[in-house]
Amino acid sequence: MSGLIGKKIGMTSIFGKDGKQLACTVIEAGPCFVTQVKTTEKDGYTAVQIAYGDRKEKNSPAPLNGIYKKAGTTPKSRMVEFKGFEQELSVGQSLTVDLFSEGEFVDVVGTSKGKGFQGVVKRHGFSGVGMQTHGQHNRLRAPGSLGASSDPSRVMKGMRMAGRMGGVRVKKTNLEILKVMKDQNLLVVKGSVPGHKGSFVYIEK
Amino acid sequence: MDAIKLVEQEFTKDKNVAAFNAGDTVNVYYKIREGNKERIQQYQGVVLQKRNSGIQTTFTVRKISNGVGVERIFPLYSLNIDKVEVMTRGKVRRARIFYLRDAKGKAAKIKEKRG
Repeated sequence: MSGLIGKKIGMTSIFGKDGKQLACTVIEAGPCFVTQVKTTEKDGYTAVQIAYGDRKEKNSPAPLNGIYKKAGTTPKSRMVEFKGFEQELSVGQSLTVDLFSEGEFVDVVGTSKGKGFQGVVKRHGFSGVGMQTHGQHNRLRAPGSLGASSDPSRVMKGMRMAGRMGGVRVKKTNLEILKVMKDQNLLVVKGSVPGHKGSFVYIEK
Repeated sequence: MDAIKLVEQEFTKDKNVAAFNAGDTVNVYYKIREGNKERIQQYQGVVLQKRNSGIQTTFTVRKISNGVGVERIFPLYSLNIDKVEVMTRGKVRRARIFYLRDAKGKAAKIKEKRG
């Protein structure tokens, strides 16, 4: 699996070949730099470590600064490892959107938007209890029963309840690449992508 | 330049957005695909509004068809729009002329712009 790190720019729409309007997300992907190539002999596994996004040297941890220095790049803000990169890579090499082509299907990983404390209807897709009329009140968006009574005398582990929603790692699979703009390092993928504007995403092939 | 505008540019740059405004009578040549055949359907009416929003820009055209008011919303940059012909320029005082829906008789007439 090969991939890149990118930044979500925002959503818009373009017209497909059959004239249909397609919702799409614009992602600024790369150029990423190869910071380490892990080998079985040295590290026990094979992987390629790439980095993206600038930050100041004083804001970057010293051990990482050593890695960036060895790779001959400036300090970066995001780092990720890909196992089984299709092409042979060496440290210091830069990767661009050339990796992808139009019509290809990719997976995009990101951190979803935080939704705060949410009830079970929004968080887990429960239907709520009962109706709005016929004397019913205050149970409309309630979770209902949490389990049986004296046996087991407790609530089962993992019972879905209200709580914090969003802000977790989400992978959206099989998104079609509609357009690759090499000069601007832009990727246009069909549909939506997890995260807010400006958040980092990993694009995997 | 803004990356999103750059993506939209491919579809938006060829068309003249300011070519018509609310109050104008236009003739829209809309491509319709039936199986493998393609034909052009004409739709003539008064532009009620133009909703500017980048590539999602749309305009509403109203006409009276067999005594029934019909409104159709077209995406301005749609590839299915062959062309938009301006028949007459209307003299109106606002950008969205929804009052036309309730107007009857002489009030429903739009004066033509001169010069």
